[in-house]
This record gives sequence, structure tokens and C-alpha cells, in this order.
Amino acid sequence: MGASNFTNQVDNVFLFILVISVVLLIGITAAMIYFVIKYRRSKHPNPVDIHGNVLLEVVWTVVPFFIVMGFFYYGVVDYREMRNIPEDAMEVEVMGRMWSWMYTYPNGVQTDTLYVPLNKPIKLKIKSVDVIHSFYVPAFRIKQDAVPGMETKMWFKAQQEGQFQVMCAEYCGDRHSYMYSQVHVLPEDEFERWYASAAAEVETFAQAQEGAEVDEAARLEKLVKQGQRLIKTKGCIACHTLDGSRLVGPSFKGIWGKTETVIANGEEKTIVVDEAYLRRSMLEPNVEIVKGYPPAMPPQGSILNEQEIQAIIEFLKTLKAEQ
Amino acid sequence: MASHAITEVQHVEENYLEVKSRWRGIFAWIFSTDHKRIGILYLVSSLTFFVVAATIGIFMRLEQLTMGETLMSPDVYNRLFTLHGVIMIFLLIIPGIPATFGNFFLPIQIGAKDVAFPRLNLLSWWLYIIGAILAITTLFLPGSLPDTGWTFYVPYAVRTGSNVALAVFAAFILGFSSILTGLNFLTTIHRLRAPGMTWHRLPLFVWALYATAWIQILATPMVGITLLLIIFERVLNIGIFDPTQGGDPILFQHLFWIYSHPAVYIMVLPGFGVVSEIIPTFSRRTIFGYKLIAYSSLSIALFGSLVWGHHMFVSGESDTANIIFSFLTFFIAVPTAIKVFNWTATLYKGSIALEPPMLYVLSSIFLFAIGGFTGLMQATLPIDVHVHDTYFVVGHFHYTMFGGTIWVMLAGLLYWFPKMTGRMYNKKVAYLAWPFMFIGFNVLYGTMMYMGWKGMPRRYYDHLPEFHTDHVIATVGSWLLYIGILILLGNLVYALYRGAKAPDNPWGGATLEWKTTSPPPLENFTQEPVIKHEPYYFREEDNG
Ligand code: HEC
Ligand code: HEM
Ligand SMILES: [Cu+2]
Repeated sequence: MGASNFTNQVDNVFLFILVISVVLLIGITAAMIYFVIKYRRSKHPNPVDIHGNVLLEVVWTVVPFFIVMGFFYYGVVDYREMRNIPEDAMEVEVMGRMWSWMYTYPNGVQTDTLYVPLNKPIKLKIKSVDVIHSFYVPAFRIKQDAVPGMETKMWFKAQQEGQFQVMCAEYCGDRHSYMYSQVHVLPEDEFERWYASAAAEVETFAQAQEGAEVDEAARLEKLVKQGQRLIKTKGCIACHTLDGSRLVGPSFKGIWGKTETVIANGEEKTIVVDEAYLRRSMLEPNVEIVKGYPPAMPPQGSILNEQEIQAIIEFLKTLKAEQ
Repeated sequence: MASHAITEVQHVEENYLEVKSRWRGIFAWIFSTDHKRIGILYLVSSLTFFVVAATIGIFMRLEQLTMGETLMSPDVYNRLFTLHGVIMIFLLIIPGIPATFGNFFLPIQIGAKDVAFPRLNLLSWWLYIIGAILAITTLFLPGSLPDTGWTFYVPYAVRTGSNVALAVFAAFILGFSSILTGLNFLTTIHRLRAPGMTWHRLPLFVWALYATAWIQILATPMVGITLLLIIFERVLNIGIFDPTQGGDPILFQHLFWIYSHPAVYIMVLPGFGVVSEIIPTFSRRTIFGYKLIAYSSLSIALFGSLVWGHHMFVSGESDTANIIFSFLTFFIAVPTAIKVFNWTATLYKGSIALEPPMLYVLSSIFLFAIGGFTGLMQATLPIDVHVHDTYFVVGHFHYTMFGGTIWVMLAGLLYWFPKMTGRMYNKKVAYLAWPFMFIGFNVLYGTMMYMGWKGMPRRYYDHLPEFHTDHVIATVGSWLLYIGILILLGNLVYALYRGAKAPDNPWGGATLEWKTTSPPPLENFTQEPVIKHEPYYFREEDNG
């Protein structure tokens, strides 16, 4: 059985066209080679002019026409199914952004890996916050562009357990070729368990925000944990590392309290990383650009709410600069 | 040429290479309005660009030789594939055969002295060079070369820090060059045919150029407008395409492909024309189904304008639109198939000499057929959903554009080189290049298609381990291919200086260019030719 309900379908159409194409290709090539040998000038010095043959020409106009119409028909039948999204499908929102994918479930859970139950139809609502990306799962034979300002749709049913590669198929800049993610296909009960626990976690984070927690230390601890989670799901680590190495943006290692040179309005100035600076860096990253880096960070206001910004700041506070 | 006593008499008139004008040295070329000199200018410039861009291709393949960084950063890689694509498309293959062989041979094949507007013709070349220089200038400006891919998709093209506006402006200028060439050719074909050169006696190369010229004139302004809109968008921020300002990025794709798909036929139709010249000559018999070939060019030009949406099957275009575009795309496969069958039938009962041009043309039909069949696969909606924007597509378009058009252009070069330069190249070396090119080509692009089917996306700086072996094989293929290209072109450059003198009609061709001297005189013929036969008439001439 194919990895998704489309895998075998697509492979079958492909195979069908491939076989016919190979037969035709071999036919034409063999005819050419045969004629070249049979009628070579040394053996066949006197050519015969044949201007055409109406019957033959009609045949090779009409026959290819019917062959390609066959391909067309076969393709459309399968395509209709691809586009015909079942009513009962579970809806997951896919958000493409430079250079990561984020998935949002109906209960508000957000992840950087797409968890889906086996044999259940899943409907993907695909969006982008910056440029065009394309959500592509080769094993499932599905792909759909993520276009800013518009929502595209697609569906599938995973038929095999396991992990499958997600890629970005529409060129989107420097780290396009690292814009990977995974689909984890879980048996239904296991999926339900994961789904419930992820929802519970969202709940605890929400509590941390509302200050329902009596113990301030425990609240901070939760925020830090949430922040640590967020920099993954929100895609910060597509551009920032934690280990000091450079990607597109500066590493977060030792960021808190660090003295840094930034360029604001074309002028250099020195700042010390504090809460206000971090907040500005997320919401208006292009106002103060860290020296030596491109103005490549998209403003995060559209994907981070106030509580999440707070959580990320709390997490970044734990990454103290060496004194 | 003591052995050619008769032709000796005709040689009294100087050939176009010897004619003196008021300009000297290089200026005698870049200010010449002789269509033959302009053809050579285009030929030399576009072949130079070809070698440059192929070298860039080799570097891209080297980057893929290992995982992670091999030679360059992603930043550089992204600029290289853009530059490679832009040069190959806008500077090589779009001007390509029409501007080179078209300029040189169209007037000769219809028995004219020059094109209708010789000065306009020179202007087209200048626009071409100015466009090229502008594109290269971006390299030295802040932001450097664009990194958008040759398709300049928005919003990326509006956001990137690289220098898109100038590069796009360069493409805009190149568009004008193309329109002017088209205009010139249309007028020439309508007005300047020699006595007796009726429409149905036109060589098929001329028919192909005729169909191409219509697309050049009608479709190119479309891309001109689109490219201008990007510049406005970047410079003035007007928000036609940028969704944050209420624009529509898909609109850009429509506008872009409304031109760029017909442009595919600008690239390939003239190639079909060259094939239809070479096959009869080396089969020494008339072409099979002259009218069907001629009219299929026109129908390709017509229907080719209606299929642009097949580049956008997964863009969010409506399902109905997708189905219609898929249908029309299949439709256009038919006239293309007809041509292939007719060419094959032309071999039947011919008297075939597998000289180098013929070898390259026949192998090109094979490569183009592979490109065509994979095109049918991509026209099939569910398959395209999977292979769109993968190496499968990269393989496919190299099979069609490179295996089809550029191979044919090289075949045409081997075919017409003696006529254009008056020198013959070493045929053995031309044969020697073939296995390198043919094997290298299939190893490189065949492997690309295979890994594309497995899910390797295009424009990827780096790859996952499961694709690694394929990438290594493809890179080795690129070396063979490159060696083949260098042998082939090196041989011609050598022949330019050291080649033996070429006879007037080395291949026994029947069209008019073979009835004048090699190289032709300034006004192409010593006497205005009078045409009494169909173009591929190989029996003894009765008019002496
Ligand atoms: C597309 C790549 C990219 C993404 C995604 C990204 N950033 Fe950035 N970020 C950058 C770049 C480039 C810089 C340096 C230039 C600048 O200051 O704007 C930067 C700078 C920063 C800085 C200032 C660092 C310093 O050393 O002063 C912070 C803080 C930051 N980003 C946080 C985030 C957070 C939090 C996220 C996720 C919500 C994120 N970034 C997502 C590219 C990115
Ligand atoms: C030695 C010869 C060549 C080599 C080694 C080569 C190699 C490549 C490679 C490696 C890519 C990038 C694939 C990707 O990552 O997406 C590419 C893209 C491309 N090639 Fe070639 N190629 C060659 C010749 C040609 C020719 C002759 C043409 C056209 C006539 C051509 C047109 C293109 C185009 C249009 C692209 C797409 C660029 C883009 O994605 O924007 N190439 N080629
Ligand atoms: Cu992307």
C-alpha cells in the first residue's frame, strides 16, 4: 500500500504514460536507425522522392490525438479525487514562512512537525506570511503552493505509519533547501493521546500567562519551557542557532545582556540586549540591524502574540552572556 | 580551388568577409548592416554566452558533488542558477537560431539581398548587447546579481536585497531586440521573396521563422509590461503583486507565463525549421509532408499562446482552469508529434549520408522526443502535482531546450559553418565530440529526472543523503557533456583559422544558400535567382 491514498494512483498514471512513451520512443528510434542503415548512400545511391501520403498523415495526426486524450482523461479522473476534499476531514492549518513550516490544529496546538492519524482524511489549509513556498510531501505525491494573501487547500489520507519528509518546493531564498519538516503518521489511538497531551500543555502555558499560578518561580519555569518550545515551532531556529554557529541571523547563544553594535538609520550604535531590545527585534527587526547581518528577519508580529513574545524573552534571558 | 574551374569564374565578386567598408577592424562588424555580418555577430556573442553559462552550470553541479557546502555559500549558488538561467534563456536561446542562422540565411534562402530593414537589424543586435551589459553590471552594484531564479516570481523578487530591478530592465530591453527581429523577418518574408519563390516553395526553415516572428511580435510586449510592473513595484512600491498591499502574486505568474510559455515556442520552432533543412539534404530527397510541417508550425504558434497555465497547476489556480490548461497542453502535443513522424518518414527511401550535421540532428530528435514525452507526463495533472518544481522538470526542460534547440543549433552550425566561413572543419573531431555529448547529456539530465521523480526539489543548494548518489552521477555526466561541447566548438574555432577551403555545396544541399559561393558575396547572389521548384528538389537542375 502506498504511503498515502494518492501514492499508488499517481504512480499508476505515471507508469501507464511511461510504458506508452517508451514503446513509442523505441519505435521512432528504431525506425530512424533502420532507415539510416538500410538507405545509406553507399547502398542506396538513388533516392525516391515521396511528397507525402494523405492516409498516413491523417493516421499519425489522429492516433496521437486519441493517445493524448487518453492521458488527459486518466489524469483528470485522478485529479478530481485529489481536489475533492472529504467533508469529515480533520483540518490542519499549514503556515509557510522563511524558512520553516508551522502546523496549527483545531484545538490551538501548534507544532513544527505534522502529526496525523493513520487512515483519516486530513485537510490542509495552506498559507504563507512572506513569499511563496510550496508544501511538498514526495512520499504522498502531494504538493500545493503556500501563497501570501491567500489560502490554498489540499487533502490526503496517510496509509502507512512512520515519518515522511516535508520539503519546500518553491524557491524562497537562502535557506530554501533547508526548509524541511516531517509528517509523523501515528496509529489513531496514539495520535489521540498525543493530541490530548499537547492540548493540555497549551492549557498550562495559558495559565502561566494569566498568572493563575501562585508560585512565581513555577510560572517563570513554564514560560521558559514554552519559549524554548516556541523558538522551534515558530521557526526562529531556521535562522538562529543555540550553539553559537551562524546561520542567517546571529546565534542566540549568550544573547542576554550582551553588548552589541547595531545599525539604525544608517548609523552605528552600541546597545545592551535587554527586554525592550528583544521585543523590538521581534516586532520591528529592521529598525536596528545587528552589524554584519542582512535585514532578512521578517517582523514576527503576525505570528507571535503578546504572551508568546513574553515566553520567548523569558527563555532568551536564560541564555546569558559570559561576563 | 583549382579543381573547381567553373566556380572559379563566379569568384570574381568579393565575398562578404572581404568587402571593405568605411569601418576597420571590429567596427567593420559592429557597425555593419549586412545581415550576414549581423548573423555572425549574434552567433559569436550567443555562443560565448553559451560557454559562459555552461561553465556556470558545471560549477553548480560541482556544488552538488558533496552534501553541505562544497565550493560556495547558498547565496552564491542562488545567484549562479539565476545567472545561468537568465543567460541561457534571454541571451542564448530566445535570440538563438532566428538571430544567428535566421539573420544569415533567411534572406539567402528566399533569394533576397538583405532583410527588409538592415539598420533596424543592427539596432536589434545593439539592444541585445546593451541588455547583456546591463545584466552583467548588476554584478558590480550593491546587492549584486539577482537571486530569484530566471522566473522572477514575486513577492520574493520584490523583497530580496539583490539587484532585481536592473536585471529585469535588461530583460525588458532584450525583449525589444526580439520584437525588432521578428518585425524585420515578417516584412522580409512578405516583401522580398525572389521571383518564383511562392509561399509553398519557401524552405521550411523560413516557415518556422515566420511562425516564430508572429509570436515574437505578439507575445513579447506582454513580458515587457510584466517586467516593467516589477520594476514599478520594487522602486515605487505600488502594490500590484505584493499581498501586503492588496496585490496578487498569482497575477504576476499569469502575466509572466502568458509570454514565457509562447517563448518556449520562440525557442523551439526555429529548431524544427533547421531539422527540416538538414534531413532532406542528407537524405537527398524531398521532405515528407511539406505542408503539414509548415502548417503545424503555425498551429503550434497559435495554440502555444493558450497553454501558459500549465506552469501553475499547484499555484492555487482554480481546478477548472487547471483542467482546461491540461487539455490544451495535450492538444499542442499533436502538431509536434506530426513533425517527428514526418521527419522519420523523410528518411524512408532516401540516400542517407550520416555526416556530422545529420548525426547531431537525428540524436537531437531522440533527445527532444524524451523531452516531449516527459512533457506529456507533466501535462497530466496528478503527475505534475508531484513532479512540479523538482529536478524532473529541470531534466525535462534541458531535454527540450538543450537536447532539442541547442543541439539543433550546433547541428546547424556544423551544417552551415562551411557556407558562412568558407572553411571546412575536421569531421573526425566533430564525430569524436558526439559520444561525449550524447552520453554525458543523458547521464546528467536522465539522472536529474530520476531523482526528481523521487522527490528532489529544484533550486536546492543542498540535498538529503538519499539523493547523494544520484547527484554524484549527474555531476560526472556534466563533465562528459562539457568536454564534448569544448571539443565540438574548439574544432570549429580551429577550422576558422586552419580549416581547408570549403566548396560551395559541400553537402549537396538544394536550397538557395547552396547555389551561391562559400562565403556568399555581399549581395548574396551574383545574379538574382529565379525559383522553379519546391525547396528540396535534388534532381539535376535544368536551368544550369
Ligand atoms: C528568516 C530568518 C529569520 C527568522 C525566521 C527569525 N530571525 Fe531573528 N534575525 C534574523 C536576522 C538576519 C537578524 C539580524 C539582523 C537584524 O537585527 O534584524 C535577526 C536578529 C534577531 C534578534 C536580535 C539578535 C541580536 O543578536 O541582537 C533577535 C532577538 C531575533 N532575531 C529573534 C528572533 C525570534 C524570536 C524569531 C522567531 C520568532 C526570529 N528571530 C526569527 C533572521 C531571522
Ligand atoms: C553544460 C551544460 C549545462 C549544465 C551543466 C546545466 C546545469 C544546470 C543546473 C545544475 C541547473 C540548476 C538546477 C536546479 O537546481 O534547479 C540548471 C538550471 C537551468 N538551466 Fe541548465 N545546464 C546546462 C545547459 C543549459 C542550456 C543549454 C540551457 C538552455 C538552453 C539551460 C537552461 C537552464 C535553465 C532555464 C535553468 C533554470 C534556472 C532557474 O532555476 O532559474 N541549461 N542547469
Ligand atoms: Cu520555501
